[in-house]
Amino acid sequence: MGIGVFILRRALVALPTLLLISLLVFTVIQLQPGGFLENMLEDPRVSRETVEHIRRQYLLDQPAWVQYLHWLRGILQGDFGFSFLNGRPVSELIWERLGWTVFLAALTLWVTWLIAIPLGIYTALNRYSPTSTALNFVGYFGLATPDFLLALLLIYLVLASGGTNVGGLFSPQYIDAPWSWAKFKDLLAHLWIPLVVIGLDGTANIMRQMRANLLDALSQDYIRTARAKGLAERVVLWKHAVRNAINPLISLAGLQLPTLISSTIIASIVLSLPTIGPFLYDALLNKDQYVVMALLMLSALLLMVGNLLADILLAWVDPRIRYE
Amino acid sequence: MDRRNHPLYLAWRRFLRSKPGVFSGLVLALLYLMALFAGFIAPNNMTVQHPSASYQPPQRVYFWREGRLVRPYVYQLRRERDPITFISSYKEDRNQPTPIRFFIAQGEPYRFLGLKTNWHLFGVAQAEGYFFPLGTDQFGRCLFSRILVGSQVSLTVGVIGVLISFALGILLGGISGYYGGWVDTLIQRTTEVLLSIPRLPILMALSTVIPTSWPSTYVYLGIIAVLSFIGWAGLARVVRGQVLALREMEYVTAAVAQGASNLRIILRHLVPNLSSYLIVTATLALPGYIIGESALSFLGLGIKEPMASWGLLLKDAQNFQSLSLYPWLLTPGLLIFVSVLAYNFFGDALRDAADVRSRD
Repeated sequence: MGIGVFILRRALVALPTLLLISLLVFTVIQLQPGGFLENMLEDPRVSRETVEHIRRQYLLDQPAWVQYLHWLRGILQGDFGFSFLNGRPVSELIWERLGWTVFLAALTLWVTWLIAIPLGIYTALNRYSPTSTALNFVGYFGLATPDFLLALLLIYLVLASGGTNVGGLFSPQYIDAPWSWAKFKDLLAHLWIPLVVIGLDGTANIMRQMRANLLDALSQDYIRTARAKGLAERVVLWKHAVRNAINPLISLAGLQLPTLISSTIIASIVLSLPTIGPFLYDALLNKDQYVVMALLMLSALLLMVGNLLADILLAWVDPRIRYE
Repeated sequence: MDRRNHPLYLAWRRFLRSKPGVFSGLVLALLYLMALFAGFIAPNNMTVQHPSASYQPPQRVYFWREGRLVRPYVYQLRRERDPITFISSYKEDRNQPTPIRFFIAQGEPYRFLGLKTNWHLFGVAQAEGYFFPLGTDQFGRCLFSRILVGSQVSLTVGVIGVLISFALGILLGGISGYYGGWVDTLIQRTTEVLLSIPRLPILMALSTVIPTSWPSTYVYLGIIAVLSFIGWAGLARVVRGQVLALREMEYVTAAVAQGASNLRIILRHLVPNLSSYLIVTATLALPGYIIGESALSFLGLGIKEPMASWGLLLKDAQNFQSLSLYPWLLTPGLLIFVSVLAYNFFGDALRDAADVRSRD
């Protein structure tokens, strides 16, 4: 079966799930007490007529199922509703922030793997060295510290050592400046904190898993065979053991995506990064319902696309797996 | 059967062999004891405000005086304002040491099991001054006392939440695996939907369903409900898989032949065979609930005043300025870290002892 058919089939399976998710999301929003328009009424500058007008305009005076179908039809046409808080269509607002969200998550994932795999191999080969013990300790620290706490700790450490590059992705003078070498360096100076905050638990997880997989692989019969026929230890390790130890990790990457997205959201709220995190937070606090619904749907969609990519990657690196 | 060959006894022996496991178990026991007697161990009442001691740093405890070991004492801190920058700072008033007394009955009153009392494990006499071991917050409330009382929320949310999600997960997962058919499809679709949305955004959205006008005890229950609503799905999947495998066992066929009802087979035959697996999974799932509650409370979407929880206390450290000026506000994080780590090690040791890994 070709890859195109595989993707198409997965998309077809995902559709009913997405439909159910939309129903759940809509129900949650309906259950919220009050709403943006109710809050608006408390503002003396806003007349009751204006609010009623908006309510009629967005069919908010209609029964729930009419609202749901209206919202769903809008999504199919690429219209995610209107942000009352920002006074702009939701889709415009999301596009501005989606780029940074995907960038941060993807970069973290990449850096995580780049660091965790070699460390996992190292700790498997030098099980009782002091460095391995230290690395395992950092791993446990990463797994037991909530992301927001880690962010607070790093901010404190940077501030206490006299640094100022905390919060946001750029210093104020570079935010609207065109791209330049200086702006890029400024980005790097800010970027390491979110990368550590979002990526530490993932790194620890992959490192531990890689260590376990490699130890497991090294005790297999084919490794003894490879050694017995006189292959160089380098070839035994890298071509036979490591290659087989990495494959199971790819499905782990798929499983870690929800944590990655959640981490990106909370890290962005604490560090005020321009992703969908603070956007979702503000929308929830102000009951900006269309924004909340769109972002929840979007985070579920991101998760599904990520899982699909992990499956494709797995089939690509492991010839035993076919697209089925 | 000889007591020494009993599976539980053997598992217990295996558990005792794991040093991190036993140590974590003791740490957890200590934490829960502290939560139970929080009001007594806390030197101050957690809600009493001390306006003259706003953002007071932790007081140092001294043991030596003029070269001699004496009863531990502290100095009172006096606020001073820099005449140029107007930044206030605290200085120790070295003239008068305030002795720390143990089992004092002159502290701030609190309630224990419905009784009003002012017995404290330690503290200073109210007439002699204050003792804030971990400093105070903006309103001059004792952070140490708030952490202790907050642990009652932070440590119970996980346990109650896991119990509820387990009851749901076992029942629905069991039914799903045992009956199959359209019931299975329906339950599996539901879990898939719940697992398809990343955890934090859906938790945040669900917690805004709790009305802001609710009293804090209701909000506490609401947060537990929100965490369990998401938590049962993963477990139901696991239980379903296990039940599918166990369903083919001969003892299930035997039970069916004897005319046992379906519910009886699930609860009396299948669940007990999964019990060790379930206990281990529950222990390892608990940190997720602790972290979930703390994240929600930290964002202001969870526990609310006058209750306290570790996450809610960390909320005070959210802006960069108070973080750099009052770093002691970060200490509740240490408790989150310790309890999560302890549960992880404890769960790992239980898993090794129960040796359920082969069933994974």
